[in-house]
Amino acid sequence: MSADSDLDVLILAGGLSHERDVSIRSGRRVAESLRSAGISAHVHDVDGDLLAYLQQARPDVVWPILHGSTGEDGSVRDVLDLVGVPYVGTDAAGSRLSWSKPVAKTLLHQAGAHTPRFTTLPQTLFRELGTRGVLDRVLEVLGLPLVVKPASGGSALGVTVVREAAELPQAMVGCFAYGEEALIEQRIDGTEVAISVVDLGDGPRALPSVEIVTDGAYDFDARYNPGRSEYFVPGRLSEPQERAAADLAVLAHQVLGLRHLSRTDMIIDADGVPWVLDINVAPGMTETSLFPQAAQAAGYADGELYAALVRQAAAR
Amino acid sequence: MNSPSPAPAQPPTPGRGTRLDPWFHSYAERTHGMKASEIRALFSVANRPEVVSLAGGMPFLAGLPMDVVAEVTDRLLREQGAVALQYGSGQGDVTLREQITTVMAEEAIAAHPDDVVVTTGSQQALDLVTRIFIDPGDVIVAEAPSYVGALGVFRAYQADVVHVPMDDDGLVPSELEATLARLASEGRRVKLLYTVPNFHNPGGTTLSLERRPQIVEIARRHGVLILEDNPYGLLGFDGDVLPALQTYDPDGVVYLGSFSKTFAPGYRVGWALAPHAVRERLVLASESAILCPSNMSQMSIASYLATCDWRGQVKQYREVYRERRDATLGALAEFLPDARWTVPAGGFYTWLTLPEGLDAQAMLPRAVTELVAYVPGTAFYADGSGHRHIRLSYCYPTPERIEEGVRRLAHVINDELDLVRMFGTSGETHVSGTINPGPNQA
Repeated sequence: MSADSDLDVLILAGGLSHERDVSIRSGRRVAESLRSAGISAHVHDVDGDLLAYLQQARPDVVWPILHGSTGEDGSVRDVLDLVGVPYVGTDAAGSRLSWSKPVAKTLLHQAGAHTPRFTTLPQTLFRELGTRGVLDRVLEVLGLPLVVKPASGGSALGVTVVREAAELPQAMVGCFAYGEEALIEQRIDGTEVAISVVDLGDGPRALPSVEIVTDGAYDFDARYNPGRSEYFVPGRLSEPQERAAADLAVLAHQVLGLRHLSRTDMIIDADGVPWVLDINVAPGMTETSLFPQAAQAAGYADGELYAALVRQAAAR
Repeated sequence: MNSPSPAPAQPPTPGRGTRLDPWFHSYAERTHGMKASEIRALFSVANRPEVVSLAGGMPFLAGLPMDVVAEVTDRLLREQGAVALQYGSGQGDVTLREQITTVMAEEAIAAHPDDVVVTTGSQQALDLVTRIFIDPGDVIVAEAPSYVGALGVFRAYQADVVHVPMDDDGLVPSELEATLARLASEGRRVKLLYTVPNFHNPGGTTLSLERRPQIVEIARRHGVLILEDNPYGLLGFDGDVLPALQTYDPDGVVYLGSFSKTFAPGYRVGWALAPHAVRERLVLASESAILCPSNMSQMSIASYLATCDWRGQVKQYREVYRERRDATLGALAEFLPDARWTVPAGGFYTWLTLPEGLDAQAMLPRAVTELVAYVPGTAFYADGSGHRHIRLSYCYPTPERIEEGVRRLAHVINDELDLVRMFGTSGETHVSGTINPGPNQA
């Protein structure tokens, strides 16, 4: 039994978001891995009992593996700060910045990163201005193809690639089913890559790239049904491309003030330029998720990296 | 803190991709439609208590006298445990088969226990019938809409499902006639007519008495075997029980029954009543699939039927579900006057038709955000249609929760309607594959 056997980790998974199912799968997976590394870990939902449970169970470390809304928008992390329990991952402020794709993209653009040109349009705006004029202007300025996605959220829920102008209104309706704000950005053709970043106390560093190849969109099905996507780990990138992608992910981690772990999703265009799309403070940890693949490619044994992250959080 | 040094254990091979499933290219073609969709994932939220789930088809088990069930189970294990926990007959326990004929007599079916095959839920009976009759490409004619669990089985056996319209009196005979004639003229082989005549899932309608012999006659004339699925037959709110299609042509109908709705689904006990020759094949097919149905479950149900007032229990269920049906229809009239819905005379479901332009599947995430869940109509069509429809289940939530759920749903629908009007969209999105909402929502 290792010294870690004294650590008790509470994993928060589930919640009421659209990604509840993915979160539960991620949470169980991490708990299993931590146990294999000799750390006591159990999973708890986020519900009305949480505060009482935290006070009664008094875990050494909490790991919020909540995807979507309260899990990634900083609110649960605010509560954890109020309770005064250490947790794995980014604090509330960094979570809030990353959760909003437009905010994160703006900050990264200002920091010199490439990100597809975009606009963010809330549902209420269309009520005031109407739709046709606004959408026409979007098409005129951003051109086609476009990607329409909720301004916050993950798992490709509510995401549509728009290749013809006539598809745009339907894409907007589909997007607004998941959230009040739509982010419309230019679609960059290229290689889809995810870079996971970890910081174990010696500064953020990128894990090997994961390149995703799908026969179609990297949608929900492609993400969570093994077989639909093919992954190359590390990605089939040239050394300069791998370095540029890693630098971009580390930059994102630093600019947004992230902690312990993050995952940055990007497209590498034909010229080898990485374009940042999205930053995740609670990356998926399911059987098909990208962070665990990157950790394995970096040579970490099952649970080893997660245990290190937990120790890092506990030492705060 | 120490940073662990990366271990050299099993890194992925550089330059070689992985699909994270080494058997990806080995799966049978019939499994290609099986996948976990985002819609299925959304139902995970529906299980939270904050959400009013009008999606689930779960019976109201709180109405069961659990102490009596516990006594029955206790006695069974003490007195016949060695039999109950042993393998049993492939066709099913003979005592239970005799009792099943008594249950079916309520619907005017005169059956011999030898023609009954006990199955693991009527879902397995569906699977067995499809297995022994359907080759890939064979046509199954089914109501529009149809039970999602049946569509899943038919798809797994690569059947081609052709839907036939229903109205408030159930399957429309003239439409069935026209469909079968058209398919015959196209040289297509129709093997089965799948129908849920009573308190349809998801339609909520019941095939009228007048139409029953007509449907049977049309099927007989076209040489099509009827697969009559009747899990809700005893749950009519006025207590009247219509004669089963089987009574009109015992040699032309395979009848499926179940204890899941009249007792409890956890036992997983259903049955098929089939013509002699069909029964023989069903037994062989069942033995190859599961050897035998659970003796424990069968004997528990047999004891329950023999020692408890099961008719009284069914009557109590009917009253509970009628109250909930009334709550649902009342709330719909109050909060959604512009929608249309069926008025079920029994069973668990009403079928809602949304105002034009709405897509129930695309709207589901918005509903989940508003803490109400339903099953979108697209789940009940093999061809991806049904966008404007919603199945509402009233069997599980209390009347107060139903009212709150419908109120939330109305809010969602009105918001969505505003949105589609604003964007001028048709409301129909492309549906890839077929929704399989999972056991709780079937």
